[in-house]
Amino acid sequence: MGKTLAEKILSQKLGRDVNAGDIVVSPVDLAFAQDTTGPLTVREFQSSGFKTLADKRRTMLFLDHAAPSPNAQLSADHMLLRSFARDTGCIISDVGAGVCHQVVAESMARPGDVIVGADSHTVTAGALGTFATGMGSSDIAVAFALGKTWFRVPETIRIEVKNKFSQFVTAKDLILHIIGLIGADGATYKALEFGGKAIETMSMAGRLTIANMAVEAGAKVGLFASDMTTEKMLREMGRPEQYRSISPDKDAVYEKVIEIDASALEPTVSRPHTVDNIVLSNSLSGVRIHQVFLGTCTNGRLEDFALAASILRNKKIHPDTRLIVAPSSKRVLLQAMDAGYMRIFVEAGGTIIPPGCGACLGLHQGILGDGEACLSTANRNFKGRMGNPNSFVYLASPATAAATALKGVVADPREVLQNV
Amino acid sequence: MFKGNAFKFGDSISTDLIVPGRLAHLRSNLPELAKHVLEDADPTFASRVKAGDFVVGGDNFGLGSSREHAPLVIKMAGVSAVLAKSVARIFFRNAINRGLPVLICDTDKINDGDELEVDMSAGTVNDITNGIVLTFKPIPEAMLAILEEGGLIPYIQKHGDFKLD
Repeated sequence: MGKTLAEKILSQKLGRDVNAGDIVVSPVDLAFAQDTTGPLTVREFQSSGFKTLADKRRTMLFLDHAAPSPNAQLSADHMLLRSFARDTGCIISDVGAGVCHQVVAESMARPGDVIVGADSHTVTAGALGTFATGMGSSDIAVAFALGKTWFRVPETIRIEVKNKFSQFVTAKDLILHIIGLIGADGATYKALEFGGKAIETMSMAGRLTIANMAVEAGAKVGLFASDMTTEKMLREMGRPEQYRSISPDKDAVYEKVIEIDASALEPTVSRPHTVDNIVLSNSLSGVRIHQVFLGTCTNGRLEDFALAASILRNKKIHPDTRLIVAPSSKRVLLQAMDAGYMRIFVEAGGTIIPPGCGACLGLHQGILGDGEACLSTANRNFKGRMGNPNSFVYLASPATAAATALKGVVADPREVLQNV
Repeated sequence: MFKGNAFKFGDSISTDLIVPGRLAHLRSNLPELAKHVLEDADPTFASRVKAGDFVVGGDNFGLGSSREHAPLVIKMAGVSAVLAKSVARIFFRNAINRGLPVLICDTDKINDGDELEVDMSAGTVNDITNGIVLTFKPIPEAMLAILEEGGLIPYIQKHGDFKLD
């Protein structure tokens, strides 16, 4: 019987045949935590009596959620993580290096790997053909110590995307559409596997956006077969030897196959306060937006900035709307500076914050006021997400975000470009 | 056997409603963080909840973040179990890892304030107030093994390794 990508990765990792429904204990190729889950991970590790890491070169701590630290309590958490890294020799990715998921994609994730992280968006690395999933601090503490964890091998929903995207319709619009279709719990405990012509021709940035949001449908992993695009990305990151081909079998058994026509998709927006509350952007025209946030592990990559910059070039954002830009990593920041995108954003009236997560989860840098609305390129819009339960978060693509920043209301990028 | 009162919440109670990101600075001060448990869903919950009580949700309870602090502060508030129609994957795993049972049953039939009695071995929720008995879905064997040790860390300390597959 053929294997899904999830079954294949875990079978290869374990060196035996495993199928959906099996309980397995699997080695992990990378375990990590970040600065809001890491302190608890470290304390659990230490209080359990563990002294050494299973593999210090495959254990990472990221200071990205509160970077740089906004207060003394979080600074103390940072000190704890730095001290743990010194004592154990694990890799630390300090303030300014970027969001864990982007850094993992750039420098660690390999096709066929199993990765666990104390962050729900660990699924992002699925874009490279990596079985990557989020867990809590206790699970990660044990993975740090033993180099393994347990899984139930998930059933798979295959998403088959045919045809081509229209201009200014992006991977973000596709994943928002899918989540609207199946619901915020439509893939709970399952794997989402993406394929079809529109996926085969999609950039790595687009695949990372989609994999990142698999968890917003409840999925354990969001997986892509590795291919020339994966190989090209690894070459650009200076680790071409880490490429290997991994793909599902033609006769794999799926719980369900959902077919989507990319050419029929339009700019899509998720409304407050759940991600599956999906509408087309043009049905929200007139909804006032006080802040536009361009960034995060969902849409803070170079390609996202290029798209937004192409819309904002030589223009000014609406006087009553703020634009906050956060690159997902130091590498993206440097490349976006070299490409001139940062100048375009700042000249248009926007401002740049350091690579990191702070604004997305309402920790600092962009907290909304009572009654304010933000259109964000992030992955979540739960009540209180951006730091204030009396505010509203809409989710959309970088193109919709840029168009909205110009108009001050939710805007369709295709219409904005026709009218200027 | 657990006995207490139901605190009824709706669908989609996210981890942001349980412990929001704006309180990230309290995550190394758990007693302080626990004072804010479920604050954005019900600001009076933390002051009203008593030892043994139940958090009763609807669909997709605990969706969102991997923050283990979410089940941790619910447990610290004295809650004996979370009851819901369905639960998000990471929250479920984290709750079991913390020794907090999450029981899947038809919570539509439970009203806010009802007196409940949960029999873990019989797999039943007895709603004493409205006189009905609900059955909950059995907890998967692998997770039950962890729950019965009081959580993942005690489980690993006892067994030294995973003995699940």
